[in-house]
Amino acid sequence: MAPAIVVEQLAKSYTIRHEGRERYTALRDVIAARVRSALARRRTPRTTTEQFWALEDVSFEVSPGERLGIIGRNGAGKSTLLKILSRITEPSKGRIRIAGRVASLLEVGTGFHPELTGRENIFLNGVILGMTRAEVRRRFDEIVAFAEIEKFLDTPVKRYSSGMYVRLAFAVAAHLETEIMIVDEVLAVGDAAFQEKCLAKMQDVATGGRTVLFVSHNLPAVRHLCDRSLLLERGNVVLDAATGETVAEYERRIASPSADSLEWERRGSGRARLVAIQVSDASTGEQGVVPFGGALKIVLRGRASGERTSFEVSIQATTISGMPVLYHFDQFRQFAVEAEAPFEIHLTLDSVRLMPDSYLVNVWLGRTGVEDIDYVRFGASFRVTPTREIRATAPIDQSLGLVICDARVDRVS
Amino acid sequence: MADEVLVIEAGHTERHYWRDLWRYRELFYFLAWRDILVRYKQTAIGIAWAVLRPLLTMVVFTVVFGMLGKFPSHGVPYPILVYVAMLPWQFFASSLADSSGSLIGNANLISKVYFPRLIIPASAVITAFVDFLIAGVILLGLMAWYGFWPDWRVLTLPAFMLVAFAAAMGAGLWLTALNVKYRDFRYVVPFIVQFGLYISPVGFTSAVVPERWRLLYSINPMVGVIDGFRWALLGGKTALYVPGFVLSLIVVATVLATGIAYFRGTERTFADII
Repeated sequence: MAPAIVVEQLAKSYTIRHEGRERYTALRDVIAARVRSALARRRTPRTTTEQFWALEDVSFEVSPGERLGIIGRNGAGKSTLLKILSRITEPSKGRIRIAGRVASLLEVGTGFHPELTGRENIFLNGVILGMTRAEVRRRFDEIVAFAEIEKFLDTPVKRYSSGMYVRLAFAVAAHLETEIMIVDEVLAVGDAAFQEKCLAKMQDVATGGRTVLFVSHNLPAVRHLCDRSLLLERGNVVLDAATGETVAEYERRIASPSADSLEWERRGSGRARLVAIQVSDASTGEQGVVPFGGALKIVLRGRASGERTSFEVSIQATTISGMPVLYHFDQFRQFAVEAEAPFEIHLTLDSVRLMPDSYLVNVWLGRTGVEDIDYVRFGASFRVTPTREIRATAPIDQSLGLVICDARVDRVS
Repeated sequence: MADEVLVIEAGHTERHYWRDLWRYRELFYFLAWRDILVRYKQTAIGIAWAVLRPLLTMVVFTVVFGMLGKFPSHGVPYPILVYVAMLPWQFFASSLADSSGSLIGNANLISKVYFPRLIIPASAVITAFVDFLIAGVILLGLMAWYGFWPDWRVLTLPAFMLVAFAAAMGAGLWLTALNVKYRDFRYVVPFIVQFGLYISPVGFTSAVVPERWRLLYSINPMVGVIDGFRWALLGGKTALYVPGFVLSLIVVATVLATGIAYFRGTERTFADII
């Protein structure tokens, strides 16, 4: 059978302008720059541009009826890939061939208008997502029943609770009738019960012979829905394999962050920059490991850039999937650093009672409400190892809880 | 099942543009319908707004140009003379104002769903057209009040309406695309609209313009449209200056063609810069 989607050597580059920090160009700036350069009789050398390749070389095929997961860290190129597949933006190189009608759900509720009623929005949203009016009419009752909003059909959606709003939005999306669906993280809507319903519906949709491309950070959902997955890293496909294998590789990669600070995912003004983040057991000095209940030592090393600066420090530990579990911040503790001077800061976190597993560390240097100086995501990792302090009978599993607490248990009758 | 095959290639995505435009006609219909619905739901006075604006401007213009300025009325009640011009002008002005901001206003849609972007400014023009129709009812009232009715020439009105559409669309596309690229362009739009009102023959007829300046004056595309409206609706009481009208037509066609070209040229990058 001919493949539903063929992607060949796809690449996309963006031009990054280093001078203008604004997201958009203003005519006055353009005119001002022209005048300035004309008066000064020189070209303005301050605007340097740089090519950034969001996708470098991506090729893959999807067979009809296949459910393909796409995973990767932030900035790996997942969203860019989806945007090109949905024709929102153009590729810079390469070729895509898609056989069949495509609906892309990059967000639920695209085009919803708060002033319009539920009924009106169902039609509007359905058509925006690529249904015909006749199709919407045919599935209308199903959509309303799924969203559980019968009573509020003629109420403007601005009066809906946020729960009703996302339910309606998802319901429209879930009833699309296209052969190919491109889905980005839409499952993260509503309360737990509705999420379960959404997942079941997605399963339904996916097993109905449809081709599905599913991008998510929600690894259990990817495992649940997709047979095969791609792992993207820095604009390239690094692994194209069965979902179990790809997810395991992704977890392995993310749990061992690069020691090279140049490879970190970071943002900020760069007035000061971290060059090393070390995590160790405070009592033994062992790197990257802390026994349950033990103390964790975090060593931050960095350097200020061309001018004197001062900042506050914040630390966050997250699970592998990125959910924050530990947080430290003291707004009144300022660290001043002379121009070009190095700095080293030690933090010790006492009694870390996290569920034994691997965790990632985010570090933020900045001035509250003024600027982010250097924010590094997933700059280091550590593993919490089980000790005798945890009952031998207690299962170790992050889905049970992320923090194990001590409890005094008294029997009173 | 797989009856359609879509090929996306670098630099070639817009190959099926006009076919896509036709395929997305239902979306166009719904976006226009949404804009109209929202427009009349949001403003407390709703439809009254579409009527009040041209009506009050007409009163002021009648007083200023007709009664104080004593401009020639060619035997037509001055309010009707002004109102007939006010209709296409108001349509043009609100098309410009609405379409120029329309892409920014729908930024969310543009960064999440594909469709020919031309649909968005076009639906803003349609919304302005609905205002035009509503305001048109007032003209009927005015004509009944003064007992002044158009003759057979009224049958040519749709042709002039088409020219008005082309002018509004062309200028609207230019402004829309420029507005996405240069975000401070929106400050220029109200100026253009205000300025245009005075250099277009709304409060007076273009017959007051000295003969040797007539052709130059017709470079303003709205001169042709407004003269055409007057000629069609006022029973030929005002003459249609043919060379000027042809020039206006050429300008309108040029603006429309370049507007589409410029819009299409920048359209591909909208999602990246919006």
